[in-house]
This record gives sequence, C-alpha cells and structure tokens, in this order.
Amino acid sequence: MTMLLQTIDLKTRFRIPEGTIYAVNGVSFHISEGETLAVVGESGCGKSVTMMSILRLLPTPPAEIVSGRALWGNRDLLRLSENEMEQLRGREIAMVFQDPMTSLNPVLTIGRQLTESLRVHLGMGKEDAAQRAVELLEQVGIPDAAHRLGDYPHQYSGGMRQRVMIAMALCCHPSLLIADEPTTALDVTIQAQIVELVKKLRDQLHMAVIWITHDLGVVAGLAQRVMVMYAGFVVEEALVDDLYEDPRHPYTLALLAALPRVDRRRDRRLKSIPGAPPNLLVEPRGCPFAPRCEFAIERCRFEIPPLQPVGGTHTAACWVDVTTGAPR
Amino acid sequence: MQTSSQPTPVMLLPADELETPPLSPGQLAWRRFRRHKMALFGAVVLILLFVYAFGGALIFPESYANYTDTSLRLSPPSAKHPFGTDTIGRDVLARTIYGGQISLIIGLLAVSIESLIGILVGALAGYYGGFLDSLLMRITEAMLNIPEIFLLIVMAKFFGGRIPEIHLLGRVFSGSVIVIVVIIGLTSWMYLARIVRAEFLSIKENEFVLAARATGTSNFEIIFRHILPNSIAPIIVSATLGVANAILAEAYISFLGLGVQPPTATWGNMLDGANNYLESAPWLWFFPGLLILLTVLSINFLGDGLRDAFDPHSRAV
Repeated sequence: MTMLLQTIDLKTRFRIPEGTIYAVNGVSFHISEGETLAVVGESGCGKSVTMMSILRLLPTPPAEIVSGRALWGNRDLLRLSENEMEQLRGREIAMVFQDPMTSLNPVLTIGRQLTESLRVHLGMGKEDAAQRAVELLEQVGIPDAAHRLGDYPHQYSGGMRQRVMIAMALCCHPSLLIADEPTTALDVTIQAQIVELVKKLRDQLHMAVIWITHDLGVVAGLAQRVMVMYAGFVVEEALVDDLYEDPRHPYTLALLAALPRVDRRRDRRLKSIPGAPPNLLVEPRGCPFAPRCEFAIERCRFEIPPLQPVGGTHTAACWVDVTTGAPR
Repeated sequence: MQTSSQPTPVMLLPADELETPPLSPGQLAWRRFRRHKMALFGAVVLILLFVYAFGGALIFPESYANYTDTSLRLSPPSAKHPFGTDTIGRDVLARTIYGGQISLIIGLLAVSIESLIGILVGALAGYYGGFLDSLLMRITEAMLNIPEIFLLIVMAKFFGGRIPEIHLLGRVFSGSVIVIVVIIGLTSWMYLARIVRAEFLSIKENEFVLAARATGTSNFEIIFRHILPNSIAPIIVSATLGVANAILAEAYISFLGLGVQPPTATWGNMLDGANNYLESAPWLWFFPGLLILLTVLSINFLGDGLRDAFDPHSRAV
C-alpha cells in the first residue's frame, strides 16, 4: 500500500502565561491509502492537538510546532505556506469535529455551507453545486435532501448535523478524513449509525480515515490499526486484534481492564487507573505513565522509553516487558 | 354481533398542526419584533416620514421651496402656507419636505460610511488580534477622546466650501451635504467598531469557524461570510440608532451655521434661522423641530425593537 501521511517526531507546545504546556512530545506515525487508524487516549492526551498541528489549525501563538515533519506525498505540511494549506484543507485532507451542534454556522443554511467548499475548491457554479450538495446529503443518509437544503442547522437533529459535517468533509473527495471524536456528543444508537456510515463511505470512496476517540469499544469494528496516546506520547501501536489480545503497555493494559466486556464475568468490578494524568506544564523527563504504573522500575522515572517493536508490527514504549514483569 | 366496548378513537391532529415547520432566524426575529408595540409604532411613523419627505416633493416643486417673497415674510400658518413662511418669505411646509429629504439622506449615507469603517476596523481587530488589534483599538480610543462636536466643527470649517455642487436626479445638492455626510461618518464609527470587535472576539472561538478553516476557507471568507452574518444583529441595531444620531449631528452643525448651506434646506439649518424669532414666530422652529423629534424618537423605538428581536437571549416566541 502507498504511504499517504507520515508524521515524524512532531512536537507541539503552547506558551501560556503560566508557562509552557508540553502537549505533543515527539509523535511519529503513518497511515496508508484506504487504511483506518484509530487514535485512542484520554482527554488532554494530545490526540486532537496532534491532528490539528498537522493541518495547522492551531492558533499561533499560543501554539508552537517546535519540531517535526508531516510528509504528505513529497510535501511537508508543516512547511507549506498558509495559501497552500488552504488549498489542501478540505480538498486532500478533511476533518470532522466532535460537536455537531456547534460545528455548523447557525445563521447560514445547510445548503449554503455545503456548497461553499464545492464552489471554492472545485469552482462549481451555483446550480451544479446545489445538485452535488443534494447528492452528498443523500449519500450520508439525509432523507428528502432537496427540500432540506434551505433549512438552518437548528432545524436538524444532532445525528443529522454530524451527517452534514461528514458530507461537507467528503465533498471534494479527500484522500484522508480525520474524524475527531465524531460520535462523542451523540446518543449511542446514533453513534453506531455514524460509525457504519463512515465505514460505508470509506470503502466506497477508498479513503483513509484517522479516527480519534477515547472509546476503545468503538475502535474494534472500525480500524485496522490502533495508536494509544498518553500525555503527548505514543505509548503503543498495533493492529486492532493484537492490541486487544496482547496489550504490551501498562497504560493500554489498564485501559482495557477499565472497559466493560460482555465476555467477562459481570460481578467483577471494573478497574480504574489510580492517580491523575501528569501535569503537562512540566517538561517530561521519564515515562509519563510511571507515577501511575504498577510495573514501574527506577529507570522509568529518568529515561523516556522509545517506541520499540515487541513483535511483528506491534510497538510499545515501555522499559518493562509487561508479559513477564522483567526489565527489557 | 358487534362488540359494544369499542375503543375510544384516538384524536388525530391534522397534519399541518402536528408539526409546525421550524422557523428561520429571520422569522423568529420578526415574530418577536411584531410583539414590540412601540417599535411597530416607530416603524410606521418612520415610513410616514419618508412618504412625507419624498412623496411631498411630488406636490411641491423644489423651486417653490426656494421661492422668496419678502412681502410675505414671517407670516403665520394660513391656508396658503400651512406651516407659515420664514424670514425671507419661503414656504416652511415645502422647505420641511425638501429639508426632510436631505436630513434623511444624510442620516442614511452617514450611517453607511460609519458602518463601513466601523465594521472593517472592528472585524480586522477582532479577527486577527495581536498587534493589529492594539493598533486599531488605540486609534479608536484616540478618536473617542476628542469631543465629537469639536471634531465636527473643526472638520466642517476645514472642508466647508471646498466641494462643488452636485447634480443628481435632476436636483442640485450643495457640496456641503457630502461634507457633512463624510464628517459625520468619520466621527461616529468608533462605537460600532468596538461592538463589532467584541462580537468577532467571541464568535471566532466557535467551532464552526474552526470547521470552516478545516475545509480550506480563506480568512476573507471566514470574516465576511461566516462571522459577520453572526454579528449582524448588534450591527443593525447600532446602525439604526446611528441614523438618529447622524440626523441630530447634522442639526447641531447646521444650527451653528457650519452645516449644509442655504438655499438647500435641512431640518437643522431651518432651525438656524429660527433662533431670533423664538417667541415672535414659533412656527419657524416648531415644525422642523417636531419632525426631528419624531424621526429620532421613532428610530430609537425601532432600534429598541430590533435589539429585542435579535437578542439571542430572548428566545421566547
């Protein structure tokens, strides 16, 4: 498969009056054409900031991309001009955001918002764009699309708005769709519908998807690979089945233990992870998970573990082999 | 045999009552506006004033408004001159009609200039922030620190008489009309700029702005097609009230003799000639004064109504 996007050692910081927030600390990953990569981690672990750094959507200042490369074909996204970025956003890489209730402009009709990028990027005329907008809405499952083009966002339900956001993202046939927790703000039944919709569209349009979520349950049926993030680091990356069956990082282990599963006994209590996520205002020196980790050894506190292979394509960033408990 | 215990039929609402079609933001605003009796009153009076100023011109030709008959100077209201005549025998009624046109046009044009500058300054400062914001806001504050009437007088003195007469729509406008429009526009945009900046500061943080950027929308389009329509309500309210202020400002400077120059009449410069005859010829100031009062009052009522109608916090319908 052809490599679509390769990010190397991305570091993003925020300079605020209280100091510096170390939000993304050397993230490297890649995604191939047509592939689906899930990015998992708790709130504030840098999932969204990583993606927004790549698309250069963060306000600078306070944000600052300190180092790294994001190779898209033979171009480095972090070094493109603002104009080139505008051309690329929405056209080659599209992004769908978490809250569909606020992601649509409340004073513009759905039709106008949908036709906007068609006209900007593809130079379509008014009528062509309107016709294409109807097709897009039908594609994402909005009934009676032609009549609902003139509606305002408040006349749509949450699930329908997220469908509209997806339609907007798809309108220029991007090769990569970044979905930033697109189901978090929705009901569970609607969540399932949206996941199914994205799967269907991904296969139809042969599009790569980066799916950001903090819900490991959603990931299983959707993605081929999973990347687990913690405190701005990638701590583990593996094929979905490998990660679920053979987690190699203590954090992943703890996350899975906190997840209710139908194939486990129900009278056992779910385990929570002790302690709190690290303070991102302090420059990381050792493994960021060490203070909460039951496997931690002396080395963890002073040396940041690199992501290293633990078998096949499976990589983990840990000084300890969690299957034996022995240092590596 | 039929069963006697038939279930009570369920009452079905007719389809159109089951689900009232959702309303657009404009329709919601109109609903709230309609409930505001004073605003409706203001709107009606304002329409009547426009009809008076522009319809009246169909009855009296402009030459009649400027026709001087010194034998009839300062005659009180009569059947021939319902509003009386002025110090050189011109018909006050006809002059309030043509003066009204100028006053209303000045109000509208001055507000157009005010809105243009105010929106641009506020939008750029609010959207880009940083150095540009500081620079534009310091200029705004500097302008605010100069008393407006002083600015108006200095600028009126400076530009007065430099602009030739203008022929438009078969009428001759004194160049001083343009001068007044420009100086009122240039001295009144600051409050609007602040309002627009505040709106932009809060609206640009919305996720739909981020979403728009993520689909490759340029800054120009985000400013004018995404954020500006969201802040249109306070702008409309402020612009409406701005019309009243512009008419008043024109009245001030014309009253001081620095505004629109005779023979072109405005409500303001009609008052200028009246201050020596406050008691002996009250019709000189009463009618133009009343018209200014009515205009400003009804615009303010209208502005209040629009404010309530557009206020996102009053979601009641």
